[in-house]
Amino acid sequence: MSAVAQIPASVPTPPPEPAEAGTTRRFTPYLLLLPGVLWLVLFFLVPMITLASTSLQTGSLEQGYQLTWRWANYTDALGTYREQFFRAFLYAAIATLLALIISYPLAYTIAFKAGRWRNVMLLLVIAPFFTSFLIRTIAWKTILSDTGFVADVMRGLGLLNLSDGRLLNTTFAVVAGLTYNFLPFMTLPLYASLERMDPRLIEAAEDLYSSPFTAFRKVTFPLSMPGVVAGTLLTFIPAAGDFINRRLLGNPQNTVIGDVIDSRFHVIVDYPTAAALSFVLMIAIVILVFAYIKRAGTEELV
Amino acid sequence: MAGALPSRTRWDRRLLRWVREHLVVFAAIAALFYMFLPIAIVLLFSFNNPAGKFNFTFTKFTWDNWLHPCRPAGMCEAVGVSLKLGLLATLLSTILGTLVAFALVRYRFRGRNATNMLIFLPMATPEVVLGSSLLALFINIGATQGFQTILIAHVLFCVSFVVVTVKARIATLDPALEQAAMDLYAGPFQTFRRVTLPLVMPGIVAGALLAFSLSFDDFIITNFNAGTTVTFPMYVWGISLRGVPPQVNVIGSLMFLVALALVLVGQLFRRSRPA
Amino acid sequence: MTISTSSAGQTGADLHLAGLTKRFGTFSAVDDVSLTVPQGSFFALVGPSGCGKTTTLRMIAGLEYPTAGRIGIGDDDITDRKPYKRPVNTVFQSYALFPHLDIFENVAFGLRRRGVRNVRSQVDEMLALVQLEGYGRRRPAWLSGGQQQRVALARAIINRPQVLLLDEPLGALDLKLRRQMQIELKRIQTEVGLTFVHVTHDQEEAMTMADTIAVMNQGRIEQIGSPGELYDSPATTFVANFLGQSNLIRATVAAQQQDRLLLDAQGVRVTMLAARSQARTKNAYVGVRPEKIRISRGTSPPSAADGETGLSSMDSSMNGGNQLPGVVTDSSYIGVSTQYLVRTAWGQELMVFSQNTGGDDRLSPGDDVVLHWDPAHTFALDATEAIDAGVELEETAERPDPVGAGS
Repeated sequence: MSAVAQIPASVPTPPPEPAEAGTTRRFTPYLLLLPGVLWLVLFFLVPMITLASTSLQTGSLEQGYQLTWRWANYTDALGTYREQFFRAFLYAAIATLLALIISYPLAYTIAFKAGRWRNVMLLLVIAPFFTSFLIRTIAWKTILSDTGFVADVMRGLGLLNLSDGRLLNTTFAVVAGLTYNFLPFMTLPLYASLERMDPRLIEAAEDLYSSPFTAFRKVTFPLSMPGVVAGTLLTFIPAAGDFINRRLLGNPQNTVIGDVIDSRFHVIVDYPTAAALSFVLMIAIVILVFAYIKRAGTEELV
Repeated sequence: MAGALPSRTRWDRRLLRWVREHLVVFAAIAALFYMFLPIAIVLLFSFNNPAGKFNFTFTKFTWDNWLHPCRPAGMCEAVGVSLKLGLLATLLSTILGTLVAFALVRYRFRGRNATNMLIFLPMATPEVVLGSSLLALFINIGATQGFQTILIAHVLFCVSFVVVTVKARIATLDPALEQAAMDLYAGPFQTFRRVTLPLVMPGIVAGALLAFSLSFDDFIITNFNAGTTVTFPMYVWGISLRGVPPQVNVIGSLMFLVALALVLVGQLFRRSRPA
Repeated sequence: MTISTSSAGQTGADLHLAGLTKRFGTFSAVDDVSLTVPQGSFFALVGPSGCGKTTTLRMIAGLEYPTAGRIGIGDDDITDRKPYKRPVNTVFQSYALFPHLDIFENVAFGLRRRGVRNVRSQVDEMLALVQLEGYGRRRPAWLSGGQQQRVALARAIINRPQVLLLDEPLGALDLKLRRQMQIELKRIQTEVGLTFVHVTHDQEEAMTMADTIAVMNQGRIEQIGSPGELYDSPATTFVANFLGQSNLIRATVAAQQQDRLLLDAQGVRVTMLAARSQARTKNAYVGVRPEKIRISRGTSPPSAADGETGLSSMDSSMNGGNQLPGVVTDSSYIGVSTQYLVRTAWGQELMVFSQNTGGDDRLSPGDDVVLHWDPAHTFALDATEAIDAGVELEETAERPDPVGAGS
């Protein structure tokens, strides 16, 4: 008898089987799923298709739009706004990296060193979220303002010569704002991943002659990779599309792709271009996500 | 035979080790300070009486803003819209999300992978894309933007978060408990009502709270689909270029304090029962 | 405490399993199991991990649906009934106490679901029975493992089921507490008079508590009987090795004289009662329990004049008991006894448990000894079975291809 088919020795109570394999049992999951999935299909999938279709249209607000399969919309958009794309991804990448560096010790502490304070610390991580995102970002204007404390200190240290003497309305401020706003998105998945780790593995590593730093490098960090990847995705993706930080903390010279999409929809009404840009952004993200799923499967996603 | 032990316990080595061990904790606390700095600013400046229109330097302390929070024109209306929106969106998304969560955890069905993807993608999509795609849809079908379109959008992005939260809670539920209930003469409905639901409820509540805060705070997607309706974040955005009145800080602080209070109460409630 | 008659109004309602089978794909977890549990008895289902005992229990409870076979209580066929419609209650291995209800409500749960209004007196009575008076308002998480186990028991018993199922209820308790609870459970069962079906992998536990034991292996029943029957007259090598320990020696049947059987075990003559042989052919295993063997120094057994007890009157009429020479290879002093490993002429190591009754002659490795035992203590098993079936299965169950679980 093949051992493969053996029931594992310590199977905790398995889920019960239906007394009869009736039809009601088989349809129940679909019934439960129906309202939610329908909503998502109608208001997520269909709009994506509409977006794709809009991106291939020509026309204007006065004349109306027609689906002309104008693929040139894409090449035009990518050509004109290449810089904004690049800048958006660059800012997002830097912000993600910074968020990782700042969040990791925080997540590590909560997972391994917090003890009774664990829930309180988790609460503290989430708490800033309770204030409005816009209000928080505006608060950074106050913190980084030219007459503020931070600017004074840095001017005194001579660090501001690089950006013509100001913190606000610079790339630095934009990236700082991005990093700040997405910290919980990085911290929580990291924490979840670290929390699942057995701390005795670190002890074992140290018992086997590794220094604390080596133990981190060889044991802790690799085991926390799922959290790192999840946090990276959850931070980078929204950051790449964000334009609020740029609008409030940056200047008109460092616009990002989110700005362009927003203005194309609201200010200069050019739906096809905007749709094309939006779709490109979406495709880039989807590629990233698929790359992740290839390695990790879909069960950990939700 | 007692030989000489390596001198690893010299005081400077020990100090170094103490610092190194606790370095992580210092970094963590520094990170927390960093996270709360803007909140502190918001709170502080809510008591400010600014010299001009812009609330960037602290000039004079005043209770006035807290006593007359609705002075800025249109702000409290916007808050009202956001509250109404939040409650409705929470209600709908919690129901939809909870149903989906149960299906995903309790049943095996075909299309499971596709469903996981479908739930995950709205969380991973940039708000600009979500908002603009919905707008494209509404334009194409000729729907006027307003409260309903915002509501649709909010439910859309809240459902996924509710699913994740509730699913996590259901997954911690020991199936033996429901089997025990059935063993003790509880039929399927009774089991659900007396055992499953009470135990999953904390997750549902957490999902609902999350949905509300996401909805109340949303700007980008709302902005794309609002038409002439004004929510609170939209109000703040609109007024940010002209000068943010301190009452905005009051609302922000209130949001923070109320949410904090709710969570603390929830924690105390759970502390009274053992883990 | 007398019990009221069961919900079906039947007294003397035995539990019957007929041809019960459970298959998962091509794998049979339970294979054609038939047994009867007499009403009011303490029945143990014992076997190694993965043998199908828990699956069988769950089928009785209604939490698994059998692939084939019937389950009945008295004249009542309950095979197709949902778990909440069966007069059966379970004490789960993990206790499964409802964390959001206090002890009182946990215990009252079954009564309330059946629509009983006034539960207070019954719950109090039950808490007193399991010695947890006054704990009613506490939550399960505040109780110790042993206390939780008693609540689980009370929660099940209060419903006066016709059959009470216990799924390794003592597994999570430490040794001392387990011993205590074994006695407790037995006391409660006798007092309340319910039919208990107790599943465990601990054969000592089963032997201590049960009136009847069924030994299961790989989905099948190896043997059913009282603890004494199973121990002294095992029917298969699995039972011989799983319950306690056995020495099994390959042998061939030489001759039968009236009610005696003569066997040749690797060159040694062995006599035994023919009735105690399970061998179906000439090839057999001769079996004797380690504690039944006397060990003495030297190369020939002591005569009766040496004052050695153990040779029964039967031996004198059979020209001496069974004996064989050997060399001690290991000696472990346990306190109560000394356990010896003795190598025989043909290289097999036999186990001998020698009670330390104060005799000072402790043997050491290298000593020449003679093993001798009463032929009445010999049993024989069919040689087509694996000689090591049931041996130390606790360890091998973890490995992908367990020894003795054969294919």
